[in-house]
Amino acid sequence: MPTIVVEVMPKAELLDPQGKAVAGALGRLGQTQPALANVTGVRVGKRFEISIDGEADAATLAAVRELADTVLSNSVIEDVVGIHVQDAPSAAVA
Amino acid sequence: MRIGVVTFPGSLDDRDAARAIRLAGADAVALWHGDHDLHGVDALVLPGGFSYGDYLRAGAIASLSPIMTEVIDAANQGMPVLGICNGFQMLTEAHLLDGGLIRNDKGRFICRDQGLRIENNASDWTTGFEANTEIVIPLKNGEGSFMASAETLKALEGEGRIVARYIGGNPNGSLNDIAGVTNARGNVVGLMPHPEHAVEAGFGPDTDDAMASGIDGLTFFTSVIARALVGA
Repeated sequence: MPTIVVEVMPKAELLDPQGKAVAGALGRLGQTQPALANVTGVRVGKRFEISIDGEADAATLAAVRELADTVLSNSVIEDVVGIHVQDAPSAAVA
Repeated sequence: MRIGVVTFPGSLDDRDAARAIRLAGADAVALWHGDHDLHGVDALVLPGGFSYGDYLRAGAIASLSPIMTEVIDAANQGMPVLGICNGFQMLTEAHLLDGGLIRNDKGRFICRDQGLRIENNASDWTTGFEANTEIVIPLKNGEGSFMASAETLKALEGEGRIVARYIGGNPNGSLNDIAGVTNARGNVVGLMPHPEHAVEAGFGPDTDDAMASGIDGLTFFTSVIARALVGA
């Protein structure tokens, strides 16, 4: 089943308190795990996977682009950073 | 006067809002998110809470509710609409108010009595305040940090559309200490703090006079009622 993936991130110029909290936790882990010591920041965004019947044709993609800009993201505080098509909903990496 | 309070799945403060409306002297009308009917009310309150669990974005899914079609039409025709907390978030998501609200800058849910300065006393919900009155009402939210583009912010400031500003320190990272804004017409107001929790002595914020005696929030509701009485 074709799946359209939409990725949304908080606007780069806005503070991302969620990312900051995660970065803080990684910083604390970095004190005991040297591999994490050079992490300089984390931003947390959203990934939507929209499953559709049939082809992901131009009209469908245009409709999803519209949806991404108007519903899935709020342009005041977020940016749509990616839209792409894959063959199926994502599964865990083996 | 009849003021509607819309209940969404996850609304918490709808009953407090209705109580505030009654204490201010109007009839509170319970409205349902799934209806397409405002039951002939004269004004509307979108209450606080966590509609749809704040999924997607706070207020985003509620802003697409059936009743919002009627709310948006009524607001555009000049009906007074007050969005409190989650209701404010809905109004920004519905594009009835400028800006947006993100997580508090310190990452904490804040619940406390908060000082505000009422800077716009011309909106439908603030005419009862003297200009630049300082009040104290409860603030309780996790995503109350007001954001807007530099251009929008300039317009809000230039047109006097900042209704309320935080005083005594910025609690959540809101740009320009903004706690509430209005639209150009002044009928739609969004507030992050909760006036409906400061309307009855014994249940409000502490004041210099007595514990829990603060009723500064009542003026928002009496303002809109007074406005209706003069037939503005």
